Amino acid sequence: MVGIALAVNQIKDMFAVVMLAGIYGLVSASFFVAMDAVDVAFTEASVGAGISTLLMLTTVAMTGRTEHEASHKPLLALILVAITGGLLIYGTFDMPYFGSADAAVHNHVAPRYIYDSMKEIGVPNMVTSVLASYRGFDTFGEVTVIFTAGIGVLALLSVAQRPKDDAAIEAINDSMHEKHLILRVAIKTMIPFILLYAFYVQFHGDYGPGGGFQAGVIFAAAIIMYAMLFGLSAARRVITQPFVQLLSALGVLLYGSVGVVSMINGGSFLDYSVLAADPIAGQHLGILIIELGVGLTVASVMIIIFFSFSARREYQQANKGASL
Amino acid sequence: MTMILGLYNYWVVIVLMMIGFYIIIAHGHLIKKIIGLNIFQTSVFIFYISVGKVEGATAPIWQEGIILYSNPLPHVLILTAIVVGIATTALGLALIIRIKEAYGVIDEDEIQAMDNQAMVNQDKEHQ
Repeated sequence: MVGIALAVNQIKDMFAVVMLAGIYGLVSASFFVAMDAVDVAFTEASVGAGISTLLMLTTVAMTGRTEHEASHKPLLALILVAITGGLLIYGTFDMPYFGSADAAVHNHVAPRYIYDSMKEIGVPNMVTSVLASYRGFDTFGEVTVIFTAGIGVLALLSVAQRPKDDAAIEAINDSMHEKHLILRVAIKTMIPFILLYAFYVQFHGDYGPGGGFQAGVIFAAAIIMYAMLFGLSAARRVITQPFVQLLSALGVLLYGSVGVVSMINGGSFLDYSVLAADPIAGQHLGILIIELGVGLTVASVMIIIFFSFSARREYQQANKGASL
Repeated sequence: MTMILGLYNYWVVIVLMMIGFYIIIAHGHLIKKIIGLNIFQTSVFIFYISVGKVEGATAPIWQEGIILYSNPLPHVLILTAIVVGIATTALGLALIIRIKEAYGVIDEDEIQAMDNQAMVNQDKEHQ
């Protein structure tokens, strides 16, 4: 990983840099598996190696491939980095050794999560029960951040009016897509399975690794793949932009209303135990619904981001064609 | 020797973090800066996950007969941080595209030079 990071620093061709960043994401995902963090690895593999590489490639396509030589001397930066790094390494001398079970982090709230969550929440995957129940407030905040980022991308990149001659754009799309016949046929058979897998990850998150965040990203990846191979206008016919925007808001709303309903039932905000007669059943219900909300928001925000990026590119190309 | 083995993970994290930091401050190309930020971010993820690891433990999914699990709390924090990270990265890339459209370049120095030029022109108009 250090090697890849160093290569990113040296290479001037942005395409190679972006590809290396994708490989870097995949390597860190396998590192997370080795560290027992299966849920995290899942997310990193789909986000770091998948969607982020894609978005960066789109940006590179729009902004040009080469990097200019920096005009100022990097020596000062190097000294600063060396000093900071040295101080940080000095700081690690007081840290508990890697893997030791009596480190401070394992002694406060973690034992309760590990030993009591089965009694209190009744969900085998501790990551899910901490994410959705013990730290439900945090997750609510994070979903809101994702939603806000989606709105921000829309505000920055939305194309006010769609270019008039769709025929020209479709001509570009067709010429591009006829070259990839094998890919199209192969991906077409894969997409239903990817979607099905996303649903499995969504609803099986209580028992195995998975949950709303991962499922949302996988679901979005399937749609994005479709859009890449069959053209943006074809994908828009399947899922319209206003519909995705509605879904992203609906996800946050669903999450928030679970909290409000538990308040009406006499508990505190996001206290699922009061949702049903039996606290464990209430917890199950609450986790299921909020994971659904998370999944909806994440999937639709990722789709919105991709649609905005590629629509912008289409718009630029159409304008270029008009001016030539 | 035990110290080197015990702290090796944290040192790799620091090296990665410093490479990311260096990319951010030493390069002018805006996309490269974003990638540098990503490397910096990943190093923090790795740090958290390393801290949560317990020697000889398994993944934190409850099973009959297993008593030692890794700490689930860092996993939760990082899991959400990754998805939030991609959303904010997308926002940064969107800003870069707008900068490219407005200035025609995405290199910090050139943008600065163009801004300075525009300021000078404005001052002349006022006089």
